[in-house]
Order: sequence, then C-alpha cells, then structure tokens
Amino acid sequence: MSLFNIFDLAGSGLSAQNVRLNTVASNLANAETVASSPEQAYKSRQPVFAAKYQDELNMLNNSASVGLRTAGIVESQAENTSQYQPGNPIANEDGYIFLSNVNVIEEMTNMMSASRSYESNLEVLNTSKDLILQTIRLGRL
Amino acid sequence: MVNLLDNYFGMNAQSVLVRSKRAELLASNIVNADTPNYKARDLDFKKILNSSMETGDVKPVSTQATHAAHFTVNDNNNFSLQTKYRIPEQPSLDGNTVDSHVEKSNFAENAVRYQISLSMLDTKIQGLISTLRGE
Repeated sequence: MSLFNIFDLAGSGLSAQNVRLNTVASNLANAETVASSPEQAYKSRQPVFAAKYQDELNMLNNSASVGLRTAGIVESQAENTSQYQPGNPIANEDGYIFLSNVNVIEEMTNMMSASRSYESNLEVLNTSKDLILQTIRLGRL
Repeated sequence: MVNLLDNYFGMNAQSVLVRSKRAELLASNIVNADTPNYKARDLDFKKILNSSMETGDVKPVSTQATHAAHFTVNDNNNFSLQTKYRIPEQPSLDGNTVDSHVEKSNFAENAVRYQISLSMLDTKIQGLISTLRGE
C-alpha cells in the first residue's frame, strides 16, 4: 500500500533535515572559535542533499516514492579571516589569529529553512497516518 | 460475486488507489523541496483513473522492447510511466523545481479527496450491510 511508503519517505526527510539542523548547531557553536593558522581554524560544514531512489537503475521511470538522503557533508571553502591580536596566547609569530569562516546569518536562515522543511515532513506523516487509520476503519459503524 | 462487488464499489475503490499513489508522489516532492536538481512530478489523475477503470488496476502504458538489448522499464511499478514533470513557476538556481506551497496544497487537496472517496465507500458498505440484514 503506497500510503505506507510515505512513512519511509517522510522519515528519510526528517532525518536529513535533522542532519542539517545538527550542522547548523555545530557551525553556530563554533562561530567564535579562533586558531593560530588558517588550516586549524574551524570551517563551516554544510550537508549535501540528494534524492534517494528505491532502485537506482530504474530511477528515471520506476519509482513513485523518492526519499531524501545526505550525500555527504562538505566544508566551506570560504577564507578564514585573520585578526591582529598579539596579546592572544594562540596568536602566531606575527601576532595574528584566524577566525572560523561561519557566516552566522547564513546559518540562521539555513536553520529556519530546515525547521520549516522538518515541519512539512511531519505534517505529511501525520496526514498519511490519519488516512491509513481511516482506511482501516472502513465499513465499521 | 466478486465482479458484482467491483461494479458496486466502482470508481470510488479505484479512486482511493490512485489517490494513495498520488499522495506518495506529492510526498516525494515535499520531502525533496531542498534537494538540488530534483524535478517535481505529478500525475494526471483523470487519465489514470480512466485507464485503471478499464484494467481494474493502477496500471498504465507499457513499453515494447523491440530489441534484445532494451531494458524493460516497467517491471514492478509501471504506474510511474504516467507521471509528468511539473513546469516550474519560479525555477531556482540549484535546478530544483519544487514549489513547496503548491505541493502542500495539492497534498492537502489529495488527502481530502481521498477521504471523500473513503466515505463514499463507507456509505456503500453500510448500504450493502443493511440490504443483507433486510432492515
């Protein structure tokens, strides 16, 4: 019954959005971290979403349900800004520290988008559950 | 007897099947609202209902293999051959064509129509039961 497939679908969506919320949380938590070299500095992490087909071979024509998966998590390539703070204990020999490349505004909008998507997935799940329950009760007084 | 019941339930039974398929498709669209390069799909309800009324199953066009090396495209779930890609109103840069609001309203509408078909079926079942009881 295809309504049951919606549970898998919405479940995959919920977990992918959850991954996205997690990366946002770690990015925001590390937004203020500093390091003594650009390599050591925190790089913002972003999940990459991809469609999850039930059957990869027939993916173009043979599946009504297409789930969501996290294909991977990439680190942002944006440059870590440096700051002249000679008094900082982890400053390098020239007196510079390197900040994380997290863009807080980007992360906040990302968070809002993720939570909205999470909500709509949940709504889909609830509606399908109601439909299934009503179908089970079919024909009873 | 089975045929009689099929005729009695008629379009409502088929419509419940097709509606549940469409719900699945629309749910895929909603779930993939943030997926790069995902193309939103939907199906032509009227067309599928008509064809499923004829065959008695949610089952559509089949393809012919005219060469030994051709893949069969409709082994277990050939209904998706009738899905169509949506024409995006506002295509986004990442190649995604899902308009979340359109999909959500379609999903809600589909769910309500599913319920309508269900309650029609329910009425028919009740009618059948009261006929059998001779009340």
